[in-house]
Amino acid sequence: MNTQALTDTAPGTAAVAPRGASLERGRHAFLEEIDAPIASFFSSCVRCGLCAHACLFYTETEDPRYTPIHKLEPLRRMWRQEYTFWGKLAKRVGLAKPVTDDELAAWSELVYDSCTLCGRCSRVCPVGNDIVYMVRRMREGMAAAGHAPAGLVRATRNAILNGSPMGVKLVTLEAQIRHVEKETGLTVPLDQVGAEYLAIFSSMEIVNYPEYIAALTRIFEQAGVTWTISSEAFEATNAGIQIGQSDLAAELLSRIVKAAEKLKVKTVISPECGHAYLALRWEGPNLLKRAYPFQVKHILELLDELRAAGKLRLRDSEDSRLTFHDPCQLVRQGGVVQEPRTLLKLVASDIVEMNETGVMNWCCGGGGGVSAIERAENLRLKAFRRKKTQLDELGVEMLVTACANCRVVLEEGVDAYNMELPMVGLTELLAEHLEERP
Amino acid sequence: MNSVDFLQWVRGPAFDAAVVIFVLGVIFRLFGILMLGKKPDLAEPRGGEWGPGLRTVLSRSLPDRGTFRREPVTVVAGYVFHIGFFITLFLSAPHIELFHAWFGLRWPALPTPLVDASAVITLLALVFLLAYRLANPVRRFLSGFEDYFVWGVTLLPVLTGYLAYHHLRLPYHALLALHILAVELLLVAFPFTHLMHTFTLFVARWYNGAASGRRGVVS
Ligand code: SF4
Ligand code: SF4
Repeated sequence: MNTQALTDTAPGTAAVAPRGASLERGRHAFLEEIDAPIASFFSSCVRCGLCAHACLFYTETEDPRYTPIHKLEPLRRMWRQEYTFWGKLAKRVGLAKPVTDDELAAWSELVYDSCTLCGRCSRVCPVGNDIVYMVRRMREGMAAAGHAPAGLVRATRNAILNGSPMGVKLVTLEAQIRHVEKETGLTVPLDQVGAEYLAIFSSMEIVNYPEYIAALTRIFEQAGVTWTISSEAFEATNAGIQIGQSDLAAELLSRIVKAAEKLKVKTVISPECGHAYLALRWEGPNLLKRAYPFQVKHILELLDELRAAGKLRLRDSEDSRLTFHDPCQLVRQGGVVQEPRTLLKLVASDIVEMNETGVMNWCCGGGGGVSAIERAENLRLKAFRRKKTQLDELGVEMLVTACANCRVVLEEGVDAYNMELPMVGLTELLAEHLEERP
Repeated sequence: MNSVDFLQWVRGPAFDAAVVIFVLGVIFRLFGILMLGKKPDLAEPRGGEWGPGLRTVLSRSLPDRGTFRREPVTVVAGYVFHIGFFITLFLSAPHIELFHAWFGLRWPALPTPLVDASAVITLLALVFLLAYRLANPVRRFLSGFEDYFVWGVTLLPVLTGYLAYHHLRLPYHALLALHILAVELLLVAFPFTHLMHTFTLFVARWYNGAASGRRGVVS
């Protein structure tokens, strides 16, 4: 595990490694990341600028620097200088502008603060560039070079050392579990070997929305499925992926995998958190270099399966006008588009859709680790105006989503703009409408 | 060298050289890209790769609704230029004669006035796109030497071709020689610039669509 990177990556605190050394590390990491897709993307870009209009950081600021493809400029130059004829020639005769440490420092804001890894640009580029794929890879080089933002460095360090980016410990979870048990009158299973499902959470859920834990408890009780929480691995989020340190990301993931194997569960349930799903479902097996002996499902996928099997029995319906905010990672990295809509229809009668929704939804502004970057707060609130515009057009009375991080960010945005809009997680909403136990 | 000699040289050895650079250059570039490979994905797939990949190769030719609404100018001007360019290149009678001579294949030509109109429209679209590149803050910001260079080497063949066909200004031989020279410039520049997108966009779109398909995301 690269613990050195944990201590010397914050700008301003980078006292440990000499700067040249970290630039070298960064350059190495950059070159390591360049593969056939990236080379085809850089070769294809015609500088049409359309990706700018797909990115909420551009649409809400109209600052061309926030054009998605521009965020990758240092990576593009490295590719050019190492992999193309003229680039190599220019480098040999000293005409190429080398990528410098100062330049990477300046790019930190573009690669981290102004990109939520929402993936919207990747669906718009006419030549087919998967831009978010490249941002994700570029962060590996940025972190190695010591240019990850302090907030993310802290979150990552916390996750590695204390098990959670927010520093949530087992005692906190245990306290919430006792609370839930009292409220529901049900037992919350802990460390049950042989259960079918292992539930994990994002710290935000444990701290801000323990209702989610209560909701799971009640839904699983009604459905009659066996499940458990692990006392050794309950944190689902992965700061290592957001900061771009694969070794740390792998360490965090291996904790969940070990717990799942120890408890012999068939399926691990990714919670209402988009990036946790991305990490566990798609990045995990590649970072750990092996396929899992269990399945991974997002909670909404599981709930929809339970519904289809007749195990989710609901009653009544909300009559307030509401809409669903798609978490980016769920729709654009997981294709979970229909499930929440099917489920929502069971408990709500007046559902309206935002003008761009599903795979083309707009981000809340705080994904990809951005909500953990303090210095990005103003920019994030500006970017939130995209969502605000979408919501204002609808005039809804309630917002439903399925990501605790989206929810925190949306609540902050709604507050900052003095909007009046209650929010609820979909799992929680469904649990409120469960048929009474006989 | 008089203009007839010049024409002989341009359409003879110079043209052969340009074609060799073009063909080998494109092959090397594509090979160089694909050779970098991609790590195998060990995550259990949620859908297939080939179908969605191929679908994206086609579907990315159409903009999504939001993009069209936000940037209609870029989208429409882009279509007009590309369609005009392809009509002028592949459906004009003299070009078809050439393709026939090289590959033995022949297809019907469009009537001259239509090809003419398409050449003029292509030129206008190019001029417009340059103006837009300079006027639009995002495009101006993104653009560098290569973008303007590529614009120039794309414009020249269309412009000289139009003038030569209409025997405008210079004597026909000289103009035809210039036209062929401009085409050679385009061919030589092609593998070294993002003119390569003509080919690499198939690769890029495929990778993008396949990645989505694997994750069960409709592309
Ligand atoms: S939309 Fe695609 S081709 Fe256009 S500037 Fe962005 S990355 Fe380049
Ligand atoms: S992934 Fe989202 S936030 Fe990042 S550049 Fe693309 S559109 Fe912008």
